[in-house]
Amino acid sequence: MTSRTFALGGYGPRRRSAWDRLTARDSIVWRMDWVILLSGVALAIIGSLLVYSATRNRTELNQGDPRYFLVRHVISLGIGIALMVGTVWLGHRRLRSAVPVLYGLTVLLALCVLTPLGATINGSRAWLNLGGGFTVQPAEFIKITVILGMAMLLAAKVDAGDQDHPDHRTVLHALGMAALPIAVILAMPDLGSVMVLVVIVLAVLLASGASNRWVIGLCLAGAGGAVLVWALGLLDEYQINRFAAFANPALDPAGVGYNTNQARIAIGSGGLTGKGLFEGTQTTGQFVPEQQTDFVFTVAGEELGFVGGGLILVLLGVLIWRACRIARESTELYSTIVAAGVIAWFAFQAFENIGMTLGIMPVAGLPLPFVSYGGTSMFAVWIAVGLLQSIRTQRPIAA
Amino acid sequence: MTNIPETGRSSRVTIRLVAIQILVLSLLLTLGGRLWYLQVRNGDEYQKEAKGNHVQQVVEPATRGSILDARGVPIADNETRLVVSASRTELMKQDDDGKAVLERLAKVLGMSPKTVKEKVRLCNAETPQPCWNGSPYQPIPVTDDAEPQQALQIRERSEDFPGITAEPEAVRRYPAPHGANTSQVLGYLSPVTDDEIEKAKDTDSPFLASDEVGRNGLERSYDSELRGSSGVTRYEVDNLGRVMGEAERDKARPGSNLITSIDSRLQAVAEKQLDKAMKDARKKFDKNTGRNYKADAGAVVVMENKTGRVVSMASNPEYDPNAWVGGISGKEYAKLTGKKSNYPLLNRGIQGLAAPGSIFKVVSTSAAVKAGYPFDGRYNCSSDFEVGGQVFKNFESESFGGINLGRALEVSCDTVFYRLAYKEWKKDGGNLPKKGAKDWFYKTAHQFGLGEKTGIDIPNEVEGRVPDRQWKKDYWKANKDAWCKQADNAGDDPSYAEKIAKENCVSGMKMRAGDSVNYSIGQGDTLVTPVQMATIYAALGNGGTLHDPTIGKAVVSPDGKSVKEIEPHAHGKLPVSGATLRKIDKGLQGVATHGTAAWRFGEAGWPQNKIKIRAKTGTAEVAGKQTTSWLATYTDDFTVVMTISQGGTGSGASGPAVREIYNAMYGVGSDGGIDKKRALLPKPQTKLPKIDKDGAIVAQRDKRPDPSKSPSASPSGQGPSTAPPGETPETRREGEAARNEGEQQQRRRDGAQQVGATRESAGGDRP
Repeated sequence: MTSRTFALGGYGPRRRSAWDRLTARDSIVWRMDWVILLSGVALAIIGSLLVYSATRNRTELNQGDPRYFLVRHVISLGIGIALMVGTVWLGHRRLRSAVPVLYGLTVLLALCVLTPLGATINGSRAWLNLGGGFTVQPAEFIKITVILGMAMLLAAKVDAGDQDHPDHRTVLHALGMAALPIAVILAMPDLGSVMVLVVIVLAVLLASGASNRWVIGLCLAGAGGAVLVWALGLLDEYQINRFAAFANPALDPAGVGYNTNQARIAIGSGGLTGKGLFEGTQTTGQFVPEQQTDFVFTVAGEELGFVGGGLILVLLGVLIWRACRIARESTELYSTIVAAGVIAWFAFQAFENIGMTLGIMPVAGLPLPFVSYGGTSMFAVWIAVGLLQSIRTQRPIAA
Repeated sequence: MTNIPETGRSSRVTIRLVAIQILVLSLLLTLGGRLWYLQVRNGDEYQKEAKGNHVQQVVEPATRGSILDARGVPIADNETRLVVSASRTELMKQDDDGKAVLERLAKVLGMSPKTVKEKVRLCNAETPQPCWNGSPYQPIPVTDDAEPQQALQIRERSEDFPGITAEPEAVRRYPAPHGANTSQVLGYLSPVTDDEIEKAKDTDSPFLASDEVGRNGLERSYDSELRGSSGVTRYEVDNLGRVMGEAERDKARPGSNLITSIDSRLQAVAEKQLDKAMKDARKKFDKNTGRNYKADAGAVVVMENKTGRVVSMASNPEYDPNAWVGGISGKEYAKLTGKKSNYPLLNRGIQGLAAPGSIFKVVSTSAAVKAGYPFDGRYNCSSDFEVGGQVFKNFESESFGGINLGRALEVSCDTVFYRLAYKEWKKDGGNLPKKGAKDWFYKTAHQFGLGEKTGIDIPNEVEGRVPDRQWKKDYWKANKDAWCKQADNAGDDPSYAEKIAKENCVSGMKMRAGDSVNYSIGQGDTLVTPVQMATIYAALGNGGTLHDPTIGKAVVSPDGKSVKEIEPHAHGKLPVSGATLRKIDKGLQGVATHGTAAWRFGEAGWPQNKIKIRAKTGTAEVAGKQTTSWLATYTDDFTVVMTISQGGTGSGASGPAVREIYNAMYGVGSDGGIDKKRALLPKPQTKLPKIDKDGAIVAQRDKRPDPSKSPSASPSGQGPSTAPPGETPETRREGEAARNEGEQQQRRRDGAQQVGATRESAGGDRP
């Protein structure tokens, strides 16, 4: 039970030098999950190459500098890793008390997007213009605060030992807390993020041990909501078209089906070992739109082939596997719920992103975690890794 | 997990976590499976699609080879025209999609901006013509007759005209040297059809949509040699069609050049003389029909005896082959193929059919000798001969008494051949033919190559007909129903036509005595072409070998390194012994000296002692029409056969023209003197023109003196004087180099030609 006293920023029995603290047998460096970190870094390095390959020729986007996107991507990665370190340093427990504030901040940010401050890209008003060419996508941070917020509400009584499982009232509170930002994002409309959030909410409810009725009910509500959205015509035409093209890709190869068709040609033509990095004709020919962000996986598929695409899947699998272990080994419900939320987020977003390039999921604007170009996504993902590392390092060490 | 203290977490949560883990990993497995399916299982298919995505073809047309005459003078070549083209891919890169550039271009070319824009837009279902029907990656021609001034403006201000090119390009041209159109022999080109593209897709020489294909004459029969192969450059393009790099390049290979045996100087004489003879005939009164001769069509064939090479082949009515260049208009096409103009596209030399008349008698003579009648026997040339109540008369009822076969040829005695044919008909069983009838007269005609194509190397030759027993039967079968019907409908007082119909209905399948008798002098149902008769007379002149007539002499690769000569090819021997041949030859000499053609040759100052000429005249009767004029002649080296449909007698209508052709060939003046310098072709041209190291074929200089300075110009103004001055002795085929030359060089070349012409006439002043 004393292990917690070794935590960073803690109150250890004696003062040690910073170096000693980092290298000691029980230090955070020893205890953190290096497999997750290395998998994430490996994915990010592959991502940098893919982003560079996809953008070095896009003169209309890169303002004449082939490394424009690469440099920005690497800077984002650096910031992301710094945010992870910061998150670990703060610790998820300490963050717990700040959750209401963070939640409020991110929801406010999301609301700002709906004001004239927001920027519309590809039909979604999902970006916030910070000026100087910098934009931020609040929906990415909301994924974190929804996880943290729901975990805080659902685990409060259980971790205190008052209940075995969260009661209906608590679940209702938690759902209400999640519903507000989801509604804001739906209004943008950023359908991809809404889908991820719904899956996160489901996973969080599952991990919290809430009654099965809630889980089943939520599934039904989700389906009903989808029907309602469709029937009320809340979707824009382009969103409907994406689904139509998914159902029948040959529908309109020059229009709606173009993305999916070209993406599939790019990946399919890669074969077993790919055409070689920077050698992809689909990529150099810029046949696939949004290739550095949502369709980054097509670069891997074409230029690195089944070997490269498979490597990305394996790295994601290893990372998620280790995250599952962290969730299972955590001793408090709060940590378990946070880990489960992050797992659901990473897993579903990766599945949707890669799935749409492979033609087994409808097109939705979502980046591939760790790999895609995009600062906000990168920051949010590495903060989430920081949360996992924090849970891992701050659990009691077996005696 | 047992060593982890249980705090605040139920087993329900653990189970659910495991479920989440399984679910998540199965999602990743799904992705892996799908990735394998796309990349490994169906990878080849997608690789093909990716290739089609990013590779575009640009076609560079091949320069068509030239057709040259025996002396290397081009009779079909390419002229350089300034073509201004717009590249759509370049225009689309510009901010306004090239609008400003096209407007500037319209100004320079003096066209309306609307027209220019319409020309470069792409055709689709909604776009009316004009629009571009080809590949959007192909430069689109805006005009093909730009002025050098305009081209210079575009080139010098290239920064104002991005994507616009002004390049000289090769366009087919028929220069008609010496005024010789040679139209039907050359044929013509027209754009390739979709069917042809489809058919030739997998062959060695596939077509491109922009190709033109030879449709007739030499352009068709030597199309694959002349065409060359287009160059194709495959570019890798990006999603906007911007070129990223060159994937593959097949350079265009220009077509080979074809050297023919045509001598365009003589061809010009032949065309001109044929036309003149026909015009003269139209001035003559035909007492049989009571009106002037129509002379609606005619042909001349000049052939080398020993090789069958065609030196000239003229057909009238003729046309300007340049009518086809750059696409023929509907009006012009209707004119060329219409009845009113009497089908000038037909090459009467190989497609004109007529009964041969008396020029057939060389066949009958040979047949008689084969049947056992001695050449030097005595045969009664009475004024007429009666068969079955029908009287067959000699021409103008002349009578010569007992003569041999040679004399019968000389005077063209019909009754001698009537008798022989009648005797043979009876021998073969008469109206009740024996099995194994000898049919000497028919068999011999077949052996002379009649009723069959000669195999000349231009398309659409017709075979004519020998009206033998088999043909009679076939013809009766095909027509008996109509005949019998007509005969049945006849009343008590049947008309002449109805009587004939009845006779035909009952016994039309039979070879009657009258048929055989008529046939022996080349009248009746026999049909021959001028080229068939030329082949036969050339064989008489070369000792009996029947050649496939040829016009193509050699195919020369564009670099001049490969010269494929087209060797003469014999397809038969005349069924006549050498002795008989010599006797026939003598008889035909007699025709020219004191026979039916003597007034055109021997008695008209022809130097027979120096140039032995043999001739046979023919006047074929055609039911309901005026007589066909035939004149078949040959010297030791050449055969000239002329025919004029509805033109009158053989020597009367065709005589002067054939004489003029010989005058021009041998340099014979009206006084009978031979001026060797003026002779166009005293001996067959055996050597090919000189081929330069760079593949250019050098045209021979015309050494003849200027006709206007010549004291011995023929009074008719014909012969050598027909050649227009200012010919192009130094015209060199520049091969593909011509295509790449700028318009300045083109002008310089034209200038050089004029200089050469001046030099030539200066040469004529020398004594």
